[in-house]
Amino acid sequence: MTVKIEDIIDRYNGKKSSLIMVLQDIQREYRYLSEEALMLVAKRMKIAPSKVFSVATFYENFSLEPKGKYVIKICDGTACHVKKSIPILNALRTELDLSEEKKTTDDLLFTVETVSCLGACGLAPVITINDKVYPKMTPELVLELLDSIRKEEEK
Amino acid sequence: MILKSFMELEEASVKYQQKLDLQEIKVLVCGGTGCVSSGSIEIYERLVELVKDKGLLTDVKLEEEKNGIGVKKSGCHGFCEMGPLVRIEPFNYLYIGVKLEDCEEIVEETLINKRPITRLMYKETSILNEIEEIKSRIGKSIKNAGEKIYETQESIPFYKKQTRLVLEHCGSIDAEAIEEYIAKGGYKALSKVLAEMTPEEICNSIIDSNLRGRGGGGYPAGRKWAQVLAQKSEIKYVVCNGDEGDPGAFMDRSLMEGDPHRVIEGMIIAGYATGSCEGYIYVRAEYPLAVERLKIAIEQARSFGILGKNILGSGFDFDIHINQGAGAFVCGEGSALTASIEGERGMPRVKPPRTVEAGLWGKPTVLNNVETFANVPIIILNGSSWYKSIGPEKSPGTKAFAITGNVNNTGLIEVPMGTTLREVIFDIGGGIKNGKKFKAVQIGGPSGGCLVEEHLDMPLDFDSLKKVGAMIGSGGLVVMDEDTCMVEVARFFMNFTQNESCGKCVPCREGTKRMLEIMERIVSGKGTMEDLDLLEELADTVSSAALCGLGKTAAGPVISTLKYFRDEYIEHVVNKRCPTKTCKGLTSFVIDGKLCKGCSKCQKVCPAGAIQGKIKETFRIIGDRCIKCGACISACPFKAIKEV
Repeated sequence: MTVKIEDIIDRYNGKKSSLIMVLQDIQREYRYLSEEALMLVAKRMKIAPSKVFSVATFYENFSLEPKGKYVIKICDGTACHVKKSIPILNALRTELDLSEEKKTTDDLLFTVETVSCLGACGLAPVITINDKVYPKMTPELVLELLDSIRKEEEK
Repeated sequence: MILKSFMELEEASVKYQQKLDLQEIKVLVCGGTGCVSSGSIEIYERLVELVKDKGLLTDVKLEEEKNGIGVKKSGCHGFCEMGPLVRIEPFNYLYIGVKLEDCEEIVEETLINKRPITRLMYKETSILNEIEEIKSRIGKSIKNAGEKIYETQESIPFYKKQTRLVLEHCGSIDAEAIEEYIAKGGYKALSKVLAEMTPEEICNSIIDSNLRGRGGGGYPAGRKWAQVLAQKSEIKYVVCNGDEGDPGAFMDRSLMEGDPHRVIEGMIIAGYATGSCEGYIYVRAEYPLAVERLKIAIEQARSFGILGKNILGSGFDFDIHINQGAGAFVCGEGSALTASIEGERGMPRVKPPRTVEAGLWGKPTVLNNVETFANVPIIILNGSSWYKSIGPEKSPGTKAFAITGNVNNTGLIEVPMGTTLREVIFDIGGGIKNGKKFKAVQIGGPSGGCLVEEHLDMPLDFDSLKKVGAMIGSGGLVVMDEDTCMVEVARFFMNFTQNESCGKCVPCREGTKRMLEIMERIVSGKGTMEDLDLLEELADTVSSAALCGLGKTAAGPVISTLKYFRDEYIEHVVNKRCPTKTCKGLTSFVIDGKLCKGCSKCQKVCPAGAIQGKIKETFRIIGDRCIKCGACISACPFKAIKEV
């Protein structure tokens, strides 16, 4: 891990102002920011660990806990909300035994979270699975999607 | 190919225009996020392959001169509801809901035989819906009901009333080709300012045009520029705010995706006008496609000598970096945004000093919204008096809106400022979905407010909206029908701002939290009339004492819904009823076995068939069928039915 993270930091010439971008790249690589990774960033970029943690915990997109292989984001922006995005969220949570607090399944396959707006309001309600946008969703459709991912995984 | 002078840009423009003219037919597949998610990229690839097989494919980027068909990924066509969209020029056919299987037919019928495929054209669905409704009402079929087919894109009502200035290229050029932008006169405004104008003249011309910031506040852009120009500092910055966080808004995303060079051109002009050599575009993390298109555009501009050192041989240097957000709505606020670019927590700071004096890294900074920058090139080219001739004098120009929610045609539109809400929602938006009644429209996202029936004929511009307690915001319009609970909508926005409050100042951090608690109490049926007063009091405190724009406007949705839908609040608080039956948590109804005599009166009046039982035995209510209408309560002669 050390080498990879150092590589990422070097991409930005270790510039202190690139902290957010460094964290984004690390998260892309490992799907979350581990304590170890954050400490390494602090040391290597010569930024106080408290500062690194303060930035990492400020932004919604950073996760300090491991995320699932498939991150499902349910858009709950205004347009999606008025077009009934919450039943979709509830269907997923029930199916995967997740809740507001527990966002990732124990097998680390799925993470279910909400996002305030994906800007695809014309196609509301939308969800994304690992950044691929799925338009005009319903609870039934989303469960079908889930099934097809599971089948894919079994192979 | 580096363009070394203004002359060379002119020549390139002529050359690329000639090449574009060689494309006898242009196929523009919408490559905006909306259509991409419905599979437009696959359609684009398939069309390219099919046209290539016929030996007809041609591209502006090719050195050789060849007649043929151009197939391109364009920016957002706007009519997102109907995607994936394919526009075919010069016939101006707009094919909607195109599927991969349709590609061969499109190539054979339209591209080779030049015939339209009516099956794929837009039809007046709202009329069809009405006909269906009448049919079901009279129980007969109507002969010759017919349907209206719109052949050309321009004839579709959705487009007819629009004035696309800023979005003129969105959907008509390849979003990933600088050559096409140059062919359409792109970067001519830049070459004009570099060759003929001093920074002061540019600032004056933008001041004169009355261009007001499109990000929400409506501050005159030219005045901002002049203030930065007046600052004595070696280093100054230009920052483009692409952190379009308002839920329900996607104008800036569409611009960055569909016409990135226009935004870049506006930024370079701002740089020259204010004496800055470096620019940043801050794009929110939820817009990966916009980032990708901007990256491509910046690379292309550099390789053409339009970004970097000695732009077009003028001696002026300017370069642009992209910064990606990390999911914080508050970063749309100027000082939070610059803090985030600096790699800090995105928290606003106390002003003054203002961003124009001490912005990014403490240096004077021009901070404008994406759409504001995109307006600059047309003002420079056509002059400020031309610009002022569009829309009202004090808010001239056009405004892009994202129209979404319970409306027939959702999508991206652009209309002159001062267009009425009625025209936008009913003429362009095609009215309310499923023939429902219009209730309200939320404008300006969580910072804005709602507009109701009485505002339908009010012109949409900065000042008129401010007068009624709403704001244009970045331009998101979420239309709500009669089935929407406005109390729940207000709770939704409160939840949003509370989540996004950065926690720096007390009024916002604590105030929004408490307001949310009250809203939650109300929607779950535990609210009191005193809560409404408390809400108003808190709203007043948060609005006047919060540090930044997010906090100052956080109470907007609550204030405006309280103003226009007080009855609905009272219904929740006093009668513990949600008139639209949205707030399911409100109450549940039970029959008291001790009081029930089994008369079946409640069963008879229940419209949902949710009450079961036998005469002279205790009846019971089936919870999930009950719609909580209250009919049973008033029908029961023994007061046996209660809410718990």
